[in-house]
Amino acid sequence: MPPDPPRPGRGDREPEGRGPQANDPGVTGPGASEPPPPHPVTASLVLGLAVGAFGISFGVLATSGGLSTAQACAMSLLVFTGASQFAAVAVVDAGGSTAAALGSALLLAARNGAYGLSLADVVRGRLATRLLAAQLVIDESTAMATAQRDPADQRRGFWVAGASVFVFWNLGTLLGALGGDAIGDPQRYGLDAAFPAGFVALVVPHLRSLDGRLAAAMGVALALVLVPVAPEGVPVLAASLAVLLGLRARPATGGER
Amino acid sequence: MSWTAVLLLAAGAYAFKVLGLVVLGGRALPPRVARCVALLPAALLPALIAVQTLTTEDRWVLDARAAGVAAAIIAAWRRAPFPIVIAVGALVTALVRAAG
Repeated sequence: MPPDPPRPGRGDREPEGRGPQANDPGVTGPGASEPPPPHPVTASLVLGLAVGAFGISFGVLATSGGLSTAQACAMSLLVFTGASQFAAVAVVDAGGSTAAALGSALLLAARNGAYGLSLADVVRGRLATRLLAAQLVIDESTAMATAQRDPADQRRGFWVAGASVFVFWNLGTLLGALGGDAIGDPQRYGLDAAFPAGFVALVVPHLRSLDGRLAAAMGVALALVLVPVAPEGVPVLAASLAVLLGLRARPATGGER
Repeated sequence: MSWTAVLLLAAGAYAFKVLGLVVLGGRALPPRVARCVALLPAALLPALIAVQTLTTEDRWVLDARAAGVAAAIIAAWRRAPFPIVIAVGALVTALVRAAG
């Protein structure tokens, strides 16, 4: 790892100087020095295991909802967006039309477009590489990549998290579809909370800047307000409107406080 | 669900991913727009956490997940390693759920 200076990601956010932060009342956390971001490889494997448990659930649900094993596996390989897949299968299982299933699933998939935008600087290289990378643009890979400071770690975080989730999600789907419901309901182990818990750890670096904290607060508020009134998928997608606060004019010196 | 539907869904899901990453992304952007794009994960991921923790379908819900994620926030604040943060979140959720 080349000793690059700490860097929060793309864009021109405020510099992450270590000195002034000690006196910065806005910095959260128990100390002044920054904790290292989660190690991309270890963290990705842990996330992958939790995803695998839900892959099994998906396989079970898909086949009990009328999909063949091949269809369930093709969905996990080709669609590869957990929430969308669960939504599509649930709509069909509840007697909904194919169009309704596709609509619900695609609304949930739309946020991957926003993730892709923010990952464009992380995933570079030949077009073929980027077209392959696009399939791995999901919640987990985005969170893992953008939590890292160093550009090389961001790249590694994206690929390792994407690959880990891909492998475990597809293995889980195959097991579940073949009837290997060995572990039962993942909720019994609290695994449904494993994702928000993991994202908490990965979101911390985004909260170091004032803009990051404001965007987070606005995003959460927008999403929660919309949950009772908007279709599934829309609340999180709409949270992206919070980034418009980046348009604010600021002094030419680059400071924002 | 037909094969056509599976493949349509795959094409649609991939279209979103590729649109952001390859088609629109990676261009030189004016500084203000670049700032907005850089803020996307900061806006979306906490919203995702909130929705996954505090809602079920179209309702606000305060249940075992909230306890688990609150414990995970404390663990992250105490700088616990990533696997511990996840384990704490899942374990506390499971315990509260089992007790409830």
